[in-house]
Amino acid sequence: MEAVKVLTEEEARKAQPKEEKRVSFYPPWPQGEHAWAMTVDLARCVGCGLCVLACQVENNIPVVGKEEVGKGREMHWIRLDRYFAEEGVFHQPVMCQHCEKAPCEAVCPVAATEHSPEGLNLMVYNRCVGTKYCSANCPYKARRFNFFPYAEAFIGQGDPRRAKESPLALLMNPEVTVRSRGVMEKCTYCVQRIELARAEAAREGRRIRTGEVVTACQEVCPGQAIHFGDLLDPEDPIHAHREEGRHYVLLEEVNTWPRTTYLAHLKNPNPRLRKEGGHA
Amino acid sequence: MPERHPDHDLIQGEWTERSLVEKLLEPVEKPPPRPWKVVAAVGFVLTLAWLYAIFVTFTKGLGTWGINQPVLWGFDIVHFVWWIGIGHAGTLISAILVLMRQNWRDSLNRITEAMTLFAVLCAATYPLIHMGRAQHFYWILPYPTHMALWPQYKSPLSWDVLAIFTYLTISTLFLYLGLIPDLALLRERSQGWRKKLYGWLSLGWTGSALHWRRYRAAYVLLAGLATPVVISVHSVVSMDFAYGVVPGWHLTLFPPFFAAGAIYSGFAMALTLLIPLRKWYRLEGVITERHLDWMGKVTLASGLGVAYTYLLEIFIAWYSAEPAEWAQQLWRMTGPYAPYYWAMMLINVVLLQTLWFPRFRRNVAWLFVFSILANVGMWLERFVIVVISLSHDFLPGNFHLYSPTWVDWTLFLGTLGFFLFGLAVLIRLFPPSPWRRCCTSTTSLGSTREAPCCTGTWPTLTRRRSF
Repeated sequence: MEAVKVLTEEEARKAQPKEEKRVSFYPPWPQGEHAWAMTVDLARCVGCGLCVLACQVENNIPVVGKEEVGKGREMHWIRLDRYFAEEGVFHQPVMCQHCEKAPCEAVCPVAATEHSPEGLNLMVYNRCVGTKYCSANCPYKARRFNFFPYAEAFIGQGDPRRAKESPLALLMNPEVTVRSRGVMEKCTYCVQRIELARAEAAREGRRIRTGEVVTACQEVCPGQAIHFGDLLDPEDPIHAHREEGRHYVLLEEVNTWPRTTYLAHLKNPNPRLRKEGGHA
Repeated sequence: MPERHPDHDLIQGEWTERSLVEKLLEPVEKPPPRPWKVVAAVGFVLTLAWLYAIFVTFTKGLGTWGINQPVLWGFDIVHFVWWIGIGHAGTLISAILVLMRQNWRDSLNRITEAMTLFAVLCAATYPLIHMGRAQHFYWILPYPTHMALWPQYKSPLSWDVLAIFTYLTISTLFLYLGLIPDLALLRERSQGWRKKLYGWLSLGWTGSALHWRRYRAAYVLLAGLATPVVISVHSVVSMDFAYGVVPGWHLTLFPPFFAAGAIYSGFAMALTLLIPLRKWYRLEGVITERHLDWMGKVTLASGLGVAYTYLLEIFIAWYSAEPAEWAQQLWRMTGPYAPYYWAMMLINVVLLQTLWFPRFRRNVAWLFVFSILANVGMWLERFVIVVISLSHDFLPGNFHLYSPTWVDWTLFLGTLGFFLFGLAVLIRLFPPSPWRRCCTSTTSLGSTREAPCCTGTWPTLTRRRSF
């Protein structure tokens, strides 16, 4: 169990892509036209937190305020985990990993979280009754719960009943719904952007182009650490990422088969500095 | 000297059948003693507070509770499991002890069955109100919708729904079936609205031999049907956890562990209720120290199952060589919640051992203190499993402690109040021990084989009534 993998340049060069050992009782999902996946290159991540912000703007994620954040109720769909090690501080953006064998899907009593043929772990807000079991069973704790009517309260400036007449509604992204009190939400892989690209492609009578779908977090990442792609598209650079020696799966031992995977952090210490006994 | 039945002195004291029946019907027919008024009043006030807390939850949202991002199940699920467990003594006494012909259960079964009923009702409220959108609770029930959507049967929560409804149905039937002869007797002895109520509820019971024969057949049949429920309900509840991947939950050991814990906490709660009850209503001759002694033995046996699992849990966490599991175990033992863990160990492992000794088991005061402690211990166990496991799972970035709010506490105290109030009302309406079964157990009546009680008829009941 190693959340953030750190390799030296030499180790990274030598490392072989790990062979995936995939065992499950359940049959595979029916495969659609695409197989969406994401890689996050930790060596490129500087921990600026722009992905968190972009996601918030894109997906109408409510701001819950200091007090609620203190209680551990922040709503960000991406969080930036920090690890303090001898070698320094490491950042790791963690969002819904879109597991192929998702623990959350199995435990929802009303089938409000479902698997799409394209590999998305979908959240059906309208069906959610809010048992919160999915989040309890998520090893990444990537799910967020609407403890209060956050969205309505924000738009209505504190009063949910005024939401409809408020100009703040214009702040919202019209492509994404707001979530009501008592439902679970999480990273959707910017499903609205996928659907937009699909509509565009259908109109022009073609397949979705390589790299046409760009998630909000990917779009703003200054280090280009995040890559979103289609595993069924042979030209997608995501294949190169996944075949690198640095490629690894977060919490692989839980056997969730995530579609979001990581590339290990690279450290490149100067050997002379190390010899002199200083900090690397 | 005639051969004596092993159960010859289950009921102690000099009783005639009539005096025993008068005694057993006393709680219903005589004005209640002072402690009853206190219990009922406290229970009523707490029930009102409970309703207010539910109102706050529904109007303001689950944010009024102490739950947070990793610890999404807090007091709600702790208390759900706690109450469900408490109910188990009633079912065990109703079902398994009937099949095993443990006649000592007859003095206890009514009150423990009532306890089961209210415990299950209290438990069932938690999954309902802990939903984010409780208005849609019925989506969990299997019913045909226009969208052809059914519950998702891979989820243990949908198994829970079935288990709890089965449990509620069987406990209610058991309580009611056992009540019928008593209701008929009360019908004959009461006036006014009570006569109407009892007459309607007693389903035309006259105490004829045919009635008794059918009654016994139904009772044993129901006992046979309910026996699996004793084991299955809490096993299913345990699967909510065992099915999950959370370290501290992910154990195949959970179903037997939970079943043992349920019987343990159920008997502890039964002792907590019976000891004051027998004192307030002077029922020491009916619920004797031998009864309490036997209950102590069952508590010990089931408690040992719990204690064994605690120790095995530590071993498995170490033996699995799973870092997250072991970290969870250390978190329990040395983390900020360590006092809860060690208090649980002290009660359920160490203090439990006192019940090996007849000196402690027959000491009513100690039994009462221990029964309360055992329920505290079982509460702590559920807190350890639900809250402590969730507060420390895989990624350190997610770790977060849990602290309940006043709403959480009111919801808990409120269910306690509802439980006490419900039992207090029930005891004013229905006698706490079945008169007929107790009659067959008395010493003084044992020698008079021709006594009417042994033929199962009661003089005032021979008139056939029509409704």
